[in-house]
Amino acid sequence: MELSRRDFLKLSGLGAGALLFYRPFDRETALAKTLKRAPLHKKVGEKTTICPYCGVGCGAIVAVEGGKVVNIEGDPDHPINRGSLCPKGMSLSSVANNKRRMTKVLYRAPGATVWEEKTWDWAIEQIARKIKQTRDSNWIERDAEGREVNRVEAIASLGSVFPNNEEAYLMSKLQRALGLVWIENEARICVSSAVAANTATFGRGPMTNSWIDLGNSDCIMVIGGNAAETFPNAFKWIMKAKEKGAKLIHVDPRFTRTSAKADIYLRIRTGTDVALVNGMIKYVLDDMERNPEKYNMEYLREYTDASFLVDPRFEFKDGLFSGYDSAKRAYDKSTWKYQLDEKGKPKMDKSLQDPQCVFQLLKKHFSRYDVDTVCKITGASKDVFLKACQTFAATGAKGRAGAIVLSSGACEYTHGTQNVRAYGILQLLLGNIGIAGGGINGVAGAANGLGCSLQGRLFHWFPGALPTPQANQQTLDEYAKTGALRSRMVSLLKAWYGDNATSANDYGYKWLPKRGGVHSFVLLCDAMHEGKIKGLICWGMNPAVSAPHSGRVQEALGKLDWLVVIDLWETETAAFWKRPGVDPRGIKTEVFLLPAASSLEKEGSVCSSARWLQWRYKAIDPPGEAKADLWIITKLALKLKELYSKEGGPNAEAITKLTWDYGDPPDVHRVAREINGYDLKTGKLLSSLTLLKADGTTSSGNWIFCGSYTEEGNLAARRDPSPGPFNIGLYPRWAWVWPLNRRIWYNRASVDLNGNPWDPRRPVIKWDPLSKKWLGDSPDGGAPPIAYGGGYPFIMKKPHGRACLFASELADGPLPEHYETWESPVKNLMSSQQSNPVLKLWEASPKGTVDKYPIQATTFRLVEHMHTGSFTRNLPWLVELQPEMFVEISQELAAEKGIRSGDKIVVESARGKIVAVALVTKRLRPFSINGRLIHQVAMPWSWGYKGLSKGSSANFLTPCVADANTGIPEFRSFLCDIRKA
Amino acid sequence: MPKAMLIDTSKCIGCRACQVACKQWHDLPAEHTEQRGTYENPPELSASTWTRVLFFEDYGEWLFRKHQCMHCAEASCVKVCPTGAAHKEGPFTIIDQEWCIGCGYCVEACPFGAVHREPPRGTARKCVFCIDRVTNGLKPACATACPTGAIQFGERGDLIAYAHRRVAELVASGYSQARLYGEKELGGLAQMYILTKPPSEVGLPEEPQVATSTVLAQWLGGIITAGAMAALPFWLLFRRRRELLEEEKHSKLGGRND
Repeated sequence: MELSRRDFLKLSGLGAGALLFYRPFDRETALAKTLKRAPLHKKVGEKTTICPYCGVGCGAIVAVEGGKVVNIEGDPDHPINRGSLCPKGMSLSSVANNKRRMTKVLYRAPGATVWEEKTWDWAIEQIARKIKQTRDSNWIERDAEGREVNRVEAIASLGSVFPNNEEAYLMSKLQRALGLVWIENEARICVSSAVAANTATFGRGPMTNSWIDLGNSDCIMVIGGNAAETFPNAFKWIMKAKEKGAKLIHVDPRFTRTSAKADIYLRIRTGTDVALVNGMIKYVLDDMERNPEKYNMEYLREYTDASFLVDPRFEFKDGLFSGYDSAKRAYDKSTWKYQLDEKGKPKMDKSLQDPQCVFQLLKKHFSRYDVDTVCKITGASKDVFLKACQTFAATGAKGRAGAIVLSSGACEYTHGTQNVRAYGILQLLLGNIGIAGGGINGVAGAANGLGCSLQGRLFHWFPGALPTPQANQQTLDEYAKTGALRSRMVSLLKAWYGDNATSANDYGYKWLPKRGGVHSFVLLCDAMHEGKIKGLICWGMNPAVSAPHSGRVQEALGKLDWLVVIDLWETETAAFWKRPGVDPRGIKTEVFLLPAASSLEKEGSVCSSARWLQWRYKAIDPPGEAKADLWIITKLALKLKELYSKEGGPNAEAITKLTWDYGDPPDVHRVAREINGYDLKTGKLLSSLTLLKADGTTSSGNWIFCGSYTEEGNLAARRDPSPGPFNIGLYPRWAWVWPLNRRIWYNRASVDLNGNPWDPRRPVIKWDPLSKKWLGDSPDGGAPPIAYGGGYPFIMKKPHGRACLFASELADGPLPEHYETWESPVKNLMSSQQSNPVLKLWEASPKGTVDKYPIQATTFRLVEHMHTGSFTRNLPWLVELQPEMFVEISQELAAEKGIRSGDKIVVESARGKIVAVALVTKRLRPFSINGRLIHQVAMPWSWGYKGLSKGSSANFLTPCVADANTGIPEFRSFLCDIRKA
Repeated sequence: MPKAMLIDTSKCIGCRACQVACKQWHDLPAEHTEQRGTYENPPELSASTWTRVLFFEDYGEWLFRKHQCMHCAEASCVKVCPTGAAHKEGPFTIIDQEWCIGCGYCVEACPFGAVHREPPRGTARKCVFCIDRVTNGLKPACATACPTGAIQFGERGDLIAYAHRRVAELVASGYSQARLYGEKELGGLAQMYILTKPPSEVGLPEEPQVATSTVLAQWLGGIITAGAMAALPFWLLFRRRRELLEEEKHSKLGGRND
């Protein structure tokens, strides 16, 4: 949207104020010169955009004068940030005006010591040739069992979470058509475990409520996150809730800027969330028995699986659930099941008394987490722990709301999935899911992390999070014979192959690659290190800094034949061949560094953590020869189509038949419309995902976003500022939320069996018996209330519709159990299983022992830097704020080691050592764990060897060990030692 | 009604969006800084850093206070300025860069350490309350940027009334030392604070005093205006300064913040 200054003033409601303001002052102040209306020395506002950093999705307005960005500030009309921005967002103009930006195509020949400048034509031709040559000579038509798989394992793609949706969609479209299976992005190593946990508990992975909705909460518990730093404008809503009397609990190993505003700061040793939250669950279960009137027992009984009976063979003993196979380090999950009746429905005991019902199993499992044990494991103070339990448990009453806010600090553990599972169980016991001011929030951390992932930038997902076809799914029938999955896949194939996709050729399903295994990020790094991957395309991702045991990944990059990096900056990954301590002449990898456009220099949509699809406008041209990803991927696609048309190759039709008619330069709106999809009989845009058909008469590149770009227009660009029904801040006509513009998930759990809100002050939806309609938010499942014969609120949990306290689908157990992290200074007090018995480990990552590395370390983020810092370490105003890599250490440890603040220190783990500045602080303190003093240090992971501010990478020290559900590495806990440098 | 800002330290999360917002709006360059064992940076206000957040740490406590010119009603800088460059415009204290001779009296006189001069221009510079934004109906850059509403901008009277309510709330919720700072100090500040600690514990003077060197300033002012001989070099100086300003304006458009 274009805003003139006049519009801007009008919109911000300040115009009138300005007129009143311009008048002489009172006599008393007349001594002073009269205040004259000075002209603004630069413009304010013009084009709206969405901030490219975190997942809050703040709006900003960009002013351009003389072809230069002169000012960017918060969009005063944006309902989330209302004009404010964090320091990263505030320094956006320095992304546009920055001499460190890449403005030319750069090429590094094998063994060369410097970059050469090249033209785009040359680079596109070269890269397309490399892709074709590597693909064709490493083509896998059939697997060992003779099944047609049409894939290539010698080329990998990494990234991203920053491109617009339309760009990410086209990346997936081209790369899947080429047969790639190694496709991963940052979400894998950031929050994938939270997605797995929430899916197991509720049916869907992402954040349940919205940022604005935090303002409705009575108590917010930030755990495994640091909202003031990672989601600063979400903190606006936390502060608003606090003004209304809400309490803020912060659970963290470090006292951070979030703790500074907390009513209760609960300090725990890193990696002990499960023990802590299990203790809270026990507190609630015990209190529930004594004071059931303080809890919403009806919610528990009707909307969760508490009453379901579990297989009598299920058991739990000494840290192991039934079915453990120690040779495979995996579980046979066949006993983790509900007992089913003759109709296949779970058997129930609504009195919740049957010893085999989930509720009783919970009581048994969590009874072991008594206060003393919890405090011994976590190092938490007993008083503070009990106060936190009491405060958060108070949200269990009807009409009270408690929210959990997390970020990657909850996720990046070998038990990351179980951390978030524990949060989910606690929230269900308290009836906090589906209601205003409740939920589990903050899951995706980057501006378009959720959007890009949903466009298929993860190995196991096609666009729309459709499961990647596997080798045992040779035909469309084998992939999905009927149902929604089939119509979604057929509609995707119609979007990709147009008229070339017919019922006669199974809509081109045969052309798609069929994966044969797991291709997650850490495995990808391993395969690269082993030389199995020959070519890597890196879309804005920076694995040389973000990968665990990053030194090994830097080595692995040198084993590639070719590497293409598309970025705004010369990242550590792009420049790995000239990193400190290596001789470039010995590194044979060819490297192409393609200059990319920033978010200000292109148009498209992004999807925030809260699932809001919002539209960005282009404010200026990219600098020099930099180009938008949309342009780059289109040039590559057209060149590859040309090469395969002329020269042929294995499965060439997958590429030659692919539709790619977006114009030149490509028009982002054409892509957005393809993603939304068409009714192919009428040629009209589809208005809802419910219209998708399996007979080839509809197309939709991504069913999840179907309904976002309709005949009504581009709904992601909507800017209607009205707060919407019940005044709880839904903003239903601002942007668009997937799916079906539903703002609060599982909202059918916010009402009783008759459809009346549990909380009449903050209703989300409400059944109107007269019109027989739901009022309020878009209901999560359109069926009437249960009392009127309708369905249950957790519609993704088929067939029963209840949220799962007991989750049968995870790799490491149906209930959360405490294990120590892979490297830990203490013994597990709960069982003889020291660490998660099914964690994934790679032998290449050496393990440190407590005698050599007695200190427990954790890593963290800062508000001033984004992730690897590849962006923010190039921005002078942010570098001014956080100029150098540092390590936070307690005064006690500093005294022991003779270290003073500002000293250079060496931090060493079994993987390597780094040098950083010591920051001695009272905000970190040693723990007394089971009678032993355990020191803890903490360091940000945002530094590397390139940029305006250079420094050691924390991930040089972190281990290559991961959660069994999603392969998320354990970045947040490892052993180290420190000394003065 | 005079405008003012109210900085509620109980709402500040120390993110420093205000520091960057100030630099962006006023085209101020980043300074070279170092990790000094604190998040606080740059270490001091300067001619190119007009506001910064101070960090105060103790066990179980981390306080943040944004610091800048307080725009005192009885402004020491105005009283000591020999050329009248430092003056009041409404409630705001402004140093006219055209008239500043860089003598540095205001730098010494400011009870808050908020005025600084640096080569090559040598003029005294500080927070200007974003007077161009404010007179055009916009909030100051820092107040616009603040995510948590810790920096509020509005009618001074309204802010004071709000502040008293807020202080009462804070006292009731356990911050027994909560207070409003700046309502009366130095005739009333246009930058007021809600503090949860005594001023001295967050780097503010308990009882700020107006500089008493008014006489000196008048004496100097007399000298300056007295002789015709003195006028000529100053006129030349100002002419040169105008050229420098033009040059600087030009170079800003060319390569800001690179």
